Amino acid sequence: MAEPTKTVGEREPILQVRDLVKHFPLTQGVLFKKQVGAVKAVDGISFDLYKGETLGIVGESGCGKSTVAKLLMNLERATAGEVFYRGEDITKLSGRALKAVRRNIQMVFQDPYTSLNPRMTVGDIIGEPYEIHPEVAPKGSRRQKVQELLDVVGLNPEYINRYPHQFSGGQRQRIGIARGLALNPEVIICDEPVSALDVSVQAQVINLMAQLQDEFDLSYLFIAHDLSIVRHISDRVGVMYLGRMAEIGTDEQIYEHPTHPYTQALLSAVPVPDPAAREGRERIILTGDVPSPADPPSGCRFRTRCWKAQDRCATESPVLAVPERFQGSDSPAAHASACHFAEVKDVVGAA
Amino acid sequence: MTSTEKTPAVPAPRDADSPLLQVRDLHVEFHTRDGVVKAVNGVNYSVSAGETLAVLGESGSGKSVTAQAVMGILDMPPAKIPRGEIRFRGQDMLTMSGEARRKLRGAKIAMIFQDALSSLNPVLSVGYQLGEMFRVHQGLSKKAALARAVELMDKVKIPAAKNRVHDFPHQFSGGMRQRIMIAMALALEPELIIADEPTTALDVTVQAQVMDLLAELQREFHMGLILITHDLGVVADVADKIAVMYAGRIVETAPVHELYKNPAHPYTRGLLDSIPRLDQKGQELYAIKGLPPNLLHVPQGCAFHPRCPKAQDICRTDAPALHTLGEGRRSACHFWKETVHG
Repeated sequence: MAEPTKTVGEREPILQVRDLVKHFPLTQGVLFKKQVGAVKAVDGISFDLYKGETLGIVGESGCGKSTVAKLLMNLERATAGEVFYRGEDITKLSGRALKAVRRNIQMVFQDPYTSLNPRMTVGDIIGEPYEIHPEVAPKGSRRQKVQELLDVVGLNPEYINRYPHQFSGGQRQRIGIARGLALNPEVIICDEPVSALDVSVQAQVINLMAQLQDEFDLSYLFIAHDLSIVRHISDRVGVMYLGRMAEIGTDEQIYEHPTHPYTQALLSAVPVPDPAAREGRERIILTGDVPSPADPPSGCRFRTRCWKAQDRCATESPVLAVPERFQGSDSPAAHASACHFAEVKDVVGAA
Repeated sequence: MTSTEKTPAVPAPRDADSPLLQVRDLHVEFHTRDGVVKAVNGVNYSVSAGETLAVLGESGSGKSVTAQAVMGILDMPPAKIPRGEIRFRGQDMLTMSGEARRKLRGAKIAMIFQDALSSLNPVLSVGYQLGEMFRVHQGLSKKAALARAVELMDKVKIPAAKNRVHDFPHQFSGGMRQRIMIAMALALEPELIIADEPTTALDVTVQAQVMDLLAELQREFHMGLILITHDLGVVADVADKIAVMYAGRIVETAPVHELYKNPAHPYTRGLLDSIPRLDQKGQELYAIKGLPPNLLHVPQGCAFHPRCPKAQDICRTDAPALHTLGEGRRSACHFWKETVHG
């Protein structure tokens, strides 16, 4: 699986992630630091992101989804594995070549309160990418470009000289999105872009992102823990658990026909905003907590909390592939799932 | 519990029908340099034993400030309670002495906070902190208090409680810490628990565990529960009745089923409509336009009118009263009739 596959169907993959690994070393000793272990934040992840699509990544805290985002941005150096952008492995790039690639992959951060420099005006914040990539906008036209961007994200262009503290959370997130759009990127990585916002404002930002995607033909990697929002915006969804991908497929395959026990538990745990669903709803309440990524369980990562776990799960790591029993079938259950005992279970999941 | 046997100043009426807690026309203001922030403007609600009231609202709606006023943990100043009553079993807690109030707090009314890590003292073991409840309120010895702490940790299903009682908060996971917070609130078997966003900081699978535990303990002790949250999903799962707050006012109260089926206030309707639904995939999400108001300058008339799709002239000038629609149903909208009928 190390080589990037060519075009699937008519769609062309824009990012291809292959066996991506990131281990953060744990050291001991003050003078002579010696490595005593590693936090296996991301431990062998592969997926494709196609042009114009939204790939949602869900998972609980500590599953490594934010580390994946940083690896794709090359903000962290991968321990192993490749990330191909238009066929070129960007994990090995540096200097000018890396700078050129980064122009096309931008990021929107979670917390609109800490991701904007409080001492810079909105104009300087959104215009800063042009300082690094002057070829996109010559000096004279920058102010006008920034005002256009403000307009695109639904802010008054006259706000260009204001400071971040003069804006509400939702407006700040729009500023963050405008900054992400400044260089006309092809891919935007959104790490929990709406989770810090109020419910009534979340919908505004989600609508804006969907509209921008159509307008600029953007590809989104949308990382979030809110399953209903991910479903709304995503074409495909990947479920991560403890540094690995548990299951990946179209939104319908994942939400309606999950075959991995973790996905099933996750979906059944989401509270449904309808009191009529209270009765007659089977919920899978997992016991225990997510194990430490510094000392993950052998074999299947989920086996310590899984009700289906057997001896085989402790010894043999399940591969992320279409389970044997569903191979060749065109049922919606036939999608990649990393479980030895993958099967469809009827769960009343998140809307 | 020796302290309660010394009869309180006013004998508490104990008939089953009267609510456990009644908040009447509560106002809370904060006096700041920029002016007076009216965080709570005339809130009324009540909770009975065994009942769950969900207070739903966005940040700045005054839901937490109301709870803190009930609990008596507002910093005064800057906060001020110019008007209102908070009656616990008929006694107004705002007029009773500080000493009497302190006896209720923790023993009769307990609170669970959102962020367990910052609510627990990082330099004391959880056993010490749990035991403190018994040492302070019941005068138990250190050893006896520690034994009770272990019992409590068992009660909230912390595995190997005996071995973990000397551990410090940072040694527990987020879900476990929240269980310890719940244990602490339950310690003196209170009659009312106020849970302020108890699961917001937790992952969904852990949230499900914690909410389950809370519901189970509530049934067991027949406690009243005030659940403060912004999560419409959690509310639908556990609440009996709901109070929706906006800009320091209650805009709608209703039994849970009716609120979801037939909201009677445009704000509630907007909140419900902005939940992503299956049949709307690929379409634009319904969004309430605009932003929640700045409490220094709450709009004239109905506070929601700048964001309301139904707003008319009267909404800009007259603040709507809380109209009664039926049993337990109220709506603070001039046009509640039109709203409730779609």
